Amino acid sequence: MTEATDLSGGDLRPRAETLGQSLPPLLAEAEMLASTIMLGEHGRRRAGQGDEFWQYRPTHAGDSARMIDWRRSARSDATFVREREWQAAQSVTLWVDPAKSMAFSGAKGRAEKGDRARLLAMALAVLLLRGGERVGLAGGGVPPRPGRGQLLRLLMALEASGEADYGTPDATGIASHGRAVFLSDFMGDLAGVEAALGRASDRGARGVLLQVLDPAEEDFPFDGRTIFESMGGTLRHETLRAGDLRGRYLARLAERKDRLASLARAVGWHYHCHHTGDAAQPALLWLYRALEGGR
Amino acid sequence: MFMLGPVGFVTPVLLWALVALPVLWLLLRAVPPAPIRRRFPGVALLLGLQDEDNETDRTPWWLLLLRMVAIAAAIIAFAGPILNPRERGPGTGPLLVVLDGGWADARDWGRRIERAGALVEEAGRDGRAVAVLRLTDAPEAVVFQAADAWAGRLAAMEPQAWLPGDLAAWAAVLPDEGFDTFWLSDGLDRAGRGDLFAALDRAGDVTVFQSPRPVLALHPAGFADGAVQIAASRLPVAGPLEVEVVARGPDPAGIERELARVTLAFAAGDARGEVALALPPELRNRITRFEIVGQRSAGAVSLTDDSLKRRKVALIGGRADNAEGLQLLSPTHYLRQALEPVADLIDGSLTDVLLANPDVIVLADVPALTQEEQDAVLGWLDGGGLLLRFAGPLLAASDVSRLSEDPLMPVRLREGGRTVGGAMSWGEPKTLAPFAEGSPFHGLPVPDEVQVTAQVLAQPDPELAARTIAALEDGTPLVTRKEVGQGQVVLVHVTANAEWSTLPLSGLFVQMLERLAVSTRPALPGAEDLAGQVWVPEVLLDAYGAAREAGEMAGVEGAALAAGMTGGPGPALPPGLYAGADRRVALNAVGAETVLEAASWPAGTPVEGLDVAQEQLLKGWVLSVALAALMIDILAALWLSGRLSGLRRGVAVLAVAVLALGGAAPEVRAQSEAGAADPAEEALALEATTAVVLGHVLTGDARVDEVAEAGLRGLGERLWERTSIEPEAPIGVDIERDELAFFPFLYWPVTAGQTLPSANAYRKLNDYLRTGGMILFDTRDSDVARAGGSTPEAQHLQRIAAGLNIPPLEQVPLDHVLTRTFYLLQDFPGRFGGAPVWVEAAPPDAEQVEGMPFRNLNDGVTPVVIGGNDWAAAWAVDAMGVPMFPVGRGFAGERQREMANRFGINLIMHVLTGNYKSDQVHVPALLERLGQ
Repeated sequence: MTEATDLSGGDLRPRAETLGQSLPPLLAEAEMLASTIMLGEHGRRRAGQGDEFWQYRPTHAGDSARMIDWRRSARSDATFVREREWQAAQSVTLWVDPAKSMAFSGAKGRAEKGDRARLLAMALAVLLLRGGERVGLAGGGVPPRPGRGQLLRLLMALEASGEADYGTPDATGIASHGRAVFLSDFMGDLAGVEAALGRASDRGARGVLLQVLDPAEEDFPFDGRTIFESMGGTLRHETLRAGDLRGRYLARLAERKDRLASLARAVGWHYHCHHTGDAAQPALLWLYRALEGGR
Repeated sequence: MFMLGPVGFVTPVLLWALVALPVLWLLLRAVPPAPIRRRFPGVALLLGLQDEDNETDRTPWWLLLLRMVAIAAAIIAFAGPILNPRERGPGTGPLLVVLDGGWADARDWGRRIERAGALVEEAGRDGRAVAVLRLTDAPEAVVFQAADAWAGRLAAMEPQAWLPGDLAAWAAVLPDEGFDTFWLSDGLDRAGRGDLFAALDRAGDVTVFQSPRPVLALHPAGFADGAVQIAASRLPVAGPLEVEVVARGPDPAGIERELARVTLAFAAGDARGEVALALPPELRNRITRFEIVGQRSAGAVSLTDDSLKRRKVALIGGRADNAEGLQLLSPTHYLRQALEPVADLIDGSLTDVLLANPDVIVLADVPALTQEEQDAVLGWLDGGGLLLRFAGPLLAASDVSRLSEDPLMPVRLREGGRTVGGAMSWGEPKTLAPFAEGSPFHGLPVPDEVQVTAQVLAQPDPELAARTIAALEDGTPLVTRKEVGQGQVVLVHVTANAEWSTLPLSGLFVQMLERLAVSTRPALPGAEDLAGQVWVPEVLLDAYGAAREAGEMAGVEGAALAAGMTGGPGPALPPGLYAGADRRVALNAVGAETVLEAASWPAGTPVEGLDVAQEQLLKGWVLSVALAALMIDILAALWLSGRLSGLRRGVAVLAVAVLALGGAAPEVRAQSEAGAADPAEEALALEATTAVVLGHVLTGDARVDEVAEAGLRGLGERLWERTSIEPEAPIGVDIERDELAFFPFLYWPVTAGQTLPSANAYRKLNDYLRTGGMILFDTRDSDVARAGGSTPEAQHLQRIAAGLNIPPLEQVPLDHVLTRTFYLLQDFPGRFGGAPVWVEAAPPDAEQVEGMPFRNLNDGVTPVVIGGNDWAAAWAVDAMGVPMFPVGRGFAGERQREMANRFGINLIMHVLTGNYKSDQVHVPALLERLGQ
């Protein structure tokens, strides 16, 4: 699967499908909320509404005669009721940071952060759609829908890139009591993140924050007289000895990560930091497990 | 010239540029290094961070200093600094150029002549008269001449192969007028050098030129501890030094080649280094000279003479050599003692040693040789070999040179020899007569204690007198000699051990061997050895160590040569190889004990060549410093601007590459094992050596071979049943092809139609018998004839045995060890009985001791047992273990078969345990001594 990390160019969809093929169908454990419950293809391992056979049980008092399965009851003296498995579907809303800062890559041959984020998002979408979930994008452009046809729409929406230097998470379009996934470097103002998280949790949505960083951003391997510029050129900082700044930069980065983690914790979300220098699959696995509910 | 301390400047004007340096300081200081622009999203986190150190926007002071140093160094370099500039003034008055002119100058003679030529030329420009001296010449009056008169003569001047003699003689012939001297010295101290220097110093200024190159001298090689000892000296004595010494000499085709090469190491602080060079004698005898590689001087060459050569002597004893006899009784013991210190001894079979092309072959009591060996020895004799034979019991008992003269014997021998001075003879032991004129031993003193008690006698022939070179006092020949081709055969009519005479015990024995040129004198010749002869030079060395033919040069007196050996060569006695009557002596430029001593000059004498305060141009060095400073500046600037990380990576890659290259050691290829043995031979060797295996010789007659195989199988079964010998299935042996050494015992049924063994097979069989194997010859004919009779088989056995080294035989005596090795036996029947069985004869001196049941017979195992009782048929069993052939009739026949089996068991016991049962005779005596 490490090849997937190296496929920086080319078509996004086949790469995402390649990455998603190796995982079992993601079965999101949805919480019981009536408004979002829809019959889907998710067996809940309990009797309920659905198409799949679950079990035969003896009739209780109160069961209507309509419910009796006569074919099974004819084979014995007692009467039985045929129960079906309870199935539910989940809405998952993805937000992938389209800002210019995601176009950074610290070394030749290493994928840009945005590439990696879109790859992870698509892989997750493939998994979720295969599992019968409904997947959409935040911002209302692509509402959550099931089916593989949704992948194309997701893909076209993800290709668009923003003009801002740093992205702010968009909480619109998140279904109530649904799931949300924010993929960004979270280098911009954290107030926007905080606001988006607040709005999402107000609607009862839960989700994950995946911070995608370049190893150069973790190491700060610079020295000497340097002028640092943001990717869009809006921010600028000049230093005479970049090496001296390293310690303070790293401290600030760690502080930011802490802040993100505590924000996520406060609203019941999950936070994870992923580096583009590492393989993509562990991050996808983590996403899978986090959406499952941290079983 | 502008001088600053010891440093002068060629163009001091340029130094004014140094004034501009402070301006440069200000300029450089104002320009900070340029920044790098980087796109970095993390800049959001950097906003608001302040630099801790604000000074680096200007060039740091140390970088400024570095750049200033670089530029200052460049300025100074172009100003042309010179350390210790020398200012010479033209001299006045005559100039004397003194050259040592010995071999020590040869190493850089060209440079010396060039230097002297420059001096002469300069003197000519200044109009000074010049004289050039070569101190190796005989002292003669010094005459100053015009410089151009010397220029041509100087170019033709060559060094000599010896060192200057006493220099005080030169001091006496110097002119009285004042003159300056330039002495091109070789750096060695010698007698009178101080006197000459003092005389020159009185006449005027003396400048000495001395080469810093070391003088290396190779001492004559000696021989000790089995190796050639090579020593060399050096001057000056400094740190560790390794020089290569090569030995040169003609190869077998006569072409001069490098024969050996050894590294001689001088330890730090040692003036003398030594190394031992172990060489095979073949190679060592070829060496004509040793030389230090890369040194073109007579001192680095050492010629070798006879003292390094040692003769190769092959010693071959009769078969008693291998028996368990006492060392002192061995026929070759005294020869070995006498020859070991002065000759290289070769052991082995005759055909083997002939391949080594020895100078001398000594046959001690070896009676007959095979036709093949005889031809080979004759060929070797034609090429100039010396065959030295000693008589002995075997020779006396053999038919060699009895009826007609053997080509390898100088005389015919009478049967039996003679014994004098014994208990049963009338005469007294004989002493030697003085050696006659013309005998090679002439002049050797005859000691009284040499006595001869037994000898072989020569048949009186017409040429006997001419061939006798030593005789007893009654005129009986003791040593006879015959020329064969270019070689000679010498027979000593007594044994080489003390059995027949006391000759080997005396010093005369060693002297006689020396006179016969079996051994050579080892040591360096003394004055008395050299005196009284005229020594003619054959090869002479020049100063460069090159050898040339001596040509018509007259010989020198021995006394003069003896003086030269101690005092070193001189004009009348150049180093080289001098030949006397019977030996050659090498006179080398460097003696064995020569010590190189450094010449010391009085303080204040200007000595060139070794002077540390030499004029030295510093421009290159200072420019290098400037360049290095600029390089450091590049690195520092990169570091300051943060661009060094990429460079660092490059350096790391470079370092890794260098390490990888260094680590890639040359692959050692496993050498394929060459020359694997024939698989069939290997199988036979394995089969025959995993256990005791009895062998029978394949006769070519299938029926006979089958019976022999069945017989040995039956005997093997009896041995399994009754003894601890557990033989495996017998093997048929083809004596032409198979290796015999694996078999302790061979059964050889003789058939009339068997082909005779080839010469090669005879050699193998003789080796087999000599090294302790046993062959049982069975003619299988005792039902019709006595063994040794005239049956076809018996006649064929005689033909077969003619080529074998079979000792004298006798019928098995009653007390032979064969009668009691396992069973007590009286006779040895096979399928037939009653015929005598022959074994090696007991020595004639075996006597029965009173109280002992048996004679104390010879040690060892009889090599052959010969009979005709068809034992194999009696032993033979078929696959079921049932006897294959009837023996006798009824119970008596079975008894005879049992006896045959017992004989077989006794025989194999005898083969495997040797004289063990014979030694049992001593058990009562041993028990008595132990006090039981």
